[in-house]
Amino acid sequence: MAQVMMKDLNKKYDEVHAVKDVNLHIRDKEFVVLVGPSGCGKSTTLRMVAGLEEITSGEITIGDRIVNDLPPKDRDIAMVFQNYALYPHMTVYDNMAFGLKMRKFPKPEIQKRVQDAAEILGIQELLKRKPRQLSGGQRQRVAVGRAIVRHPQVFLFDEPLSNLDAKLRVQMRVELKRLHDRLETTAVYVTHDQVEAMTLGDRVVVMKDGWIQQVGEPLDLYSRPANKFVAGFIGSPAMNFIDVSLSDAGGLWAEGQGLRVKVAPAHATRLSAYKGQKVTLGLRPEDLRVASGGDPAEYTIDAVVDVVEPLGSEILLDLRAGQTTLVARVEPAVRAKVHETIKFALVPDRARFFDTKTELAI
Amino acid sequence: MRRAGLARDALVLVALTAYAAPFFWQLLTSFKPEADLLRLPPLLPARLTLAHYRVVLEQSLMPQALGNSLGVAAATTLLALGAGLPAAYAIARLPVPGRRALLLALVASTAFPQIATVSPLYLLLRALRLRDTWTALVLAHTSFALPLTVWLLAGFIREIPRALEESAAVDGASRAQALRSVLLPLLAPGLASAGLLAFLSSWNEFLFAYTFTASEASRTVPVALALFPGVFEVPWGDIAAASMLASLPPLLIVVALQRALVRGLLAGAVKE
Repeated sequence: MAQVMMKDLNKKYDEVHAVKDVNLHIRDKEFVVLVGPSGCGKSTTLRMVAGLEEITSGEITIGDRIVNDLPPKDRDIAMVFQNYALYPHMTVYDNMAFGLKMRKFPKPEIQKRVQDAAEILGIQELLKRKPRQLSGGQRQRVAVGRAIVRHPQVFLFDEPLSNLDAKLRVQMRVELKRLHDRLETTAVYVTHDQVEAMTLGDRVVVMKDGWIQQVGEPLDLYSRPANKFVAGFIGSPAMNFIDVSLSDAGGLWAEGQGLRVKVAPAHATRLSAYKGQKVTLGLRPEDLRVASGGDPAEYTIDAVVDVVEPLGSEILLDLRAGQTTLVARVEPAVRAKVHETIKFALVPDRARFFDTKTELAI
Repeated sequence: MRRAGLARDALVLVALTAYAAPFFWQLLTSFKPEADLLRLPPLLPARLTLAHYRVVLEQSLMPQALGNSLGVAAATTLLALGAGLPAAYAIARLPVPGRRALLLALVASTAFPQIATVSPLYLLLRALRLRDTWTALVLAHTSFALPLTVWLLAGFIREIPRALEESAAVDGASRAQALRSVLLPLLAPGLASAGLLAFLSSWNEFLFAYTFTASEASRTVPVALALFPGVFEVPWGDIAAASMLASLPPLLIVVALQRALVRGLLAGAVKE
């Protein structure tokens, strides 16, 4: 039960400035996910919260204590590591009991807590085994169990699912979410997988090159990305980007790379300042659909099908349009053939525009 | 395939025989009656005797030398591990400035010829009034065993994932507790391997043991063997029995540590 505050947090190694001016307020009981490509500073940030990495400058508060100078053991946190980091020479029971023993809990209390945690995670049968006798998923559960027996103020997860196969990962993801709902403990979770970030996080923090790019609820990040990086990072397949220039010809038009579409009236006022300049148009794959006769011509694009990827629930079409390539996500009923030219209608209100120089959303 | 396997087995057997033959010859000699010693054939004596062992154990200085050797080698092992472990931990885990140069110096020092240090060490030990003591040998042996011990242990520690200690730290362990309850148990095979090497190097060491000792008070097995007294002729049978006794302790230790050693020598070979 605690909030976590990071104030002007910085981490510098000899050459590398890994974390830059991070300011983040994680509320009590919140599940916050730090996501970004490798080297973006997300793990370093988490490790500073854990106390495994020294803070170069700035301040971290857990609950109402500044923890900068506290060793990990005094921060009342629990952490799940990427490689589980189970103690190989101890049984599952001893692995889970270790933290409680270190904190001198009485034996019956240790027993009760380990039993409870084992029950929650469905690993009662495994308590006498050694880690090497467990499967990946079971090890993962033990690692989580070791964290929850302590009833810490904050859970820290460092890419805990990245060593599991795809199916197990989805399953554990759901279990972690259920666990968080049940335990109501503040959690900070690091991953490079944007799907994990979106599904788990109450709020998601997108990082790149040590900077926070955007903080927001998953759907907000998706529909209102703050910049081109977030727009491209969140969502799969990624958003289509087209470099265009804006011109006035009976309303505002975006034109470039052999394409020409009208700017929706909803965006026109904001974009009028960029008239005659270059901007980047962003279109989500699902915002491109096969046009019907009724679609107004100014919001359509002609494209040639390059590759058809039938996924079952949807079809991804890799397209060539003008001098650029696009990806469209269409209904499984669409029968598209390679080399066929198809007219696509875009959802004008949902188009995004970015300043080509600063890459910030307009 | 089968034939290749057989040929290989045969080859191994031949090599092993060539390697072990002197040892078995010595073993045989130690049980041969005096009269058969210098006669060949027969290869195998008609009867075996424990007479040589009786002589060695009851009339020679070997028991005392064995005691000295055990004491010196055990103390050397403990000191080398005790001093080597913290050094290895620091090199493997802590931000030690100039770590590369340090490791290089460690390796280089193992190439240092022992004979070059004998005279200064002798003067030093004499000045410290340590001549003819266990302490002298333990210090000298440890100084030569330490670089290898540190090097080996640092390697073993590096094989242990850092995340385990970090996990222990988050779990509430101090550095000392994490060392004791997480690192040390996992390091057992490494400690066994490094310890065995230190023990053997001390057990077999001759030059220092010969130079720094003057009496049976601290004379170790290799020196005692070399100085084995013979009055009119060389007592081959007794010497053979004494060498067998000298081989016994290292053999027993290897057998006792076998499991840990195999794990240690294979560390990192198989992904967990």
